[in-house]
Amino acid sequence: MADVKKIATRDSYGKALAALGAEHENLVVLDADLAGATKTATFQKAFPQRHFDCGIAEANMICVAAGMATTGLVPFASTFAMFAAGRAYEQVRNSIGYPHLNVKIGATHGGISVGEDGASHQCCEDFALMRTIPGMVVMSPADDVEAQAMVKAAYEHEGPVYIRFGRAAVPVIHEEGAPFQIGKGEVLKDGTDVAIIANGLLTYEAVVAAEELAKDGINAMVINMGTIKPLDEELVLEAARKCGKIITAEEHSVIGGLGEAVCSVLSEKLPTPVKRIGVNDEFGHSGPAAALLKAFGLSSEHIVEVAKEMCK
Amino acid sequence: MTPVEKKQLEIQACKVRMGIIDATHGAKAGHPGGSLSAADMFTYLYFKELNVDPKNPKWEGRDRFVLSKGHTAPGLYAALAHRGFFPVEDLPTLRHIDSYLQGHPNMNTVPGVDMSTGSLGQGISVAVGMALGLKHQNSTARVYTLLGDGEIQEGQVWEACMAAAHYKLDNLVVIVDNNGLQIDGNVADVMSPYPIVGKLEAFGFHTVAIDGHNFDQIEAALNEAKTVKGQPTAIVMKTVKGKCVSYMENKAGWHGKAPNDAEHEQAINELTAILNELEGK
Repeated sequence: MADVKKIATRDSYGKALAALGAEHENLVVLDADLAGATKTATFQKAFPQRHFDCGIAEANMICVAAGMATTGLVPFASTFAMFAAGRAYEQVRNSIGYPHLNVKIGATHGGISVGEDGASHQCCEDFALMRTIPGMVVMSPADDVEAQAMVKAAYEHEGPVYIRFGRAAVPVIHEEGAPFQIGKGEVLKDGTDVAIIANGLLTYEAVVAAEELAKDGINAMVINMGTIKPLDEELVLEAARKCGKIITAEEHSVIGGLGEAVCSVLSEKLPTPVKRIGVNDEFGHSGPAAALLKAFGLSSEHIVEVAKEMCK
Repeated sequence: MTPVEKKQLEIQACKVRMGIIDATHGAKAGHPGGSLSAADMFTYLYFKELNVDPKNPKWEGRDRFVLSKGHTAPGLYAALAHRGFFPVEDLPTLRHIDSYLQGHPNMNTVPGVDMSTGSLGQGISVAVGMALGLKHQNSTARVYTLLGDGEIQEGQVWEACMAAAHYKLDNLVVIVDNNGLQIDGNVADVMSPYPIVGKLEAFGFHTVAIDGHNFDQIEAALNEAKTVKGQPTAIVMKTVKGKCVSYMENKAGWHGKAPNDAEHEQAINELTAILNELEGK
């Protein structure tokens, strides 16, 4: 995994929007004064007439997107995860989720890898919030290739979709054109001793951790679970049957995210020991993204440590 | 508007009010006060103003109406039913467990409802999105939204107003039902939204202030809105909460309370008397 190319998935988002926009006239993009940061500016440059800046008014933007969807347009509404899933939660629930409108929410700057801005902008609750809305698809890509594929899949999906993108550049682990399907997990490495189910930037960390564990004779399975909802329950159960031990890893609170989704499936259908790696019911703080991720245990080293403990 | 047309509207409005009373009585809950204050506007919109087709409620070219003050669903439902979107006989099933008439408007269950609303402040933003989306696609359809005067205490309303003016949405009409009362009392005492017209003007609207129970003024305002270019229009209508039911008029207590059997009978009797007089019986 040496010298891998690194791209921030927010860049992938902007690129994918511009590419899709060229194919589909009905695709429109809304932003809330963050087009440069969310990278919807890439789309804006190509299609200025189809990019609508709503100013610093996220609640309004979410409902405007809902209204546009009722006229047959396919709006992608973008801002930071904190404001899309957090501030505008109730607008997403009542004006997009309840009427099941065809709005896509592209939320960037998810997780603590936002870095220096600190806790006010480090949203570690978005999976939890969005998962509770009936009919909402919730996704978090591992890299550039998956991020672009998710944007395309979101456009093709009829109904509300939430995708979280990251600020920090992350290694590209997929081949160009790798297939993606909403609701399907991906086995990156087969194994028998412990299964690591990850998404977002933790997927790469899981891959690195599995390589480390192999050196100690631990054969870890690695699953990239890009879709948190609907969860690929079959794959979770298969991993549990094969390995008997599960680790979940996500850049999100251990409350309400991928870890809890996996635990819910297993506790009801196949009780299996699980260790959740995530942000442990605390707020983040300022610092460089890489240092923060290490400090909060969102790293291959911590996955290795937890796996070894489980495999003792 | 000819005198005959006006009389027809007054007759329809009376029937809409009866529908509101029957619906909330049947539901044993719901919001009659604000439904009755807006009943004349509901009637004018669905019988005169909106280009809609009850046989094809989702017709793409239709005008849209978003009930931002979604709790007054009984008023919207009664107008839709009398306009032929669904049977008037269904109104008393409002809020029942097996009814499609949800307590607040649901666009996916009620024919003719253009947006699911109920959480105050959101409908106007959705209407802005509709107007923006229709304009973007060169549609000539127009968008109307009705807000309560209490509702405009929600900050999101002003975000939406800013956006409506910014995007020059002259295909959008924002109507504020200024009946002066909200659940906790007078809007002026709870959290004054006044001056409403001045605020909307400052936010970039063309504004018209009218008596919301006068069909001539309603018609003039809505026609004026069609002549305005490059900015949205706001119609602030002074109304009486609970209008035409004597014991409900100007009583905040009738914001969200259903009439019991005796109260239902009295209301229907009062409205029947008005109807008989209009019909010359």
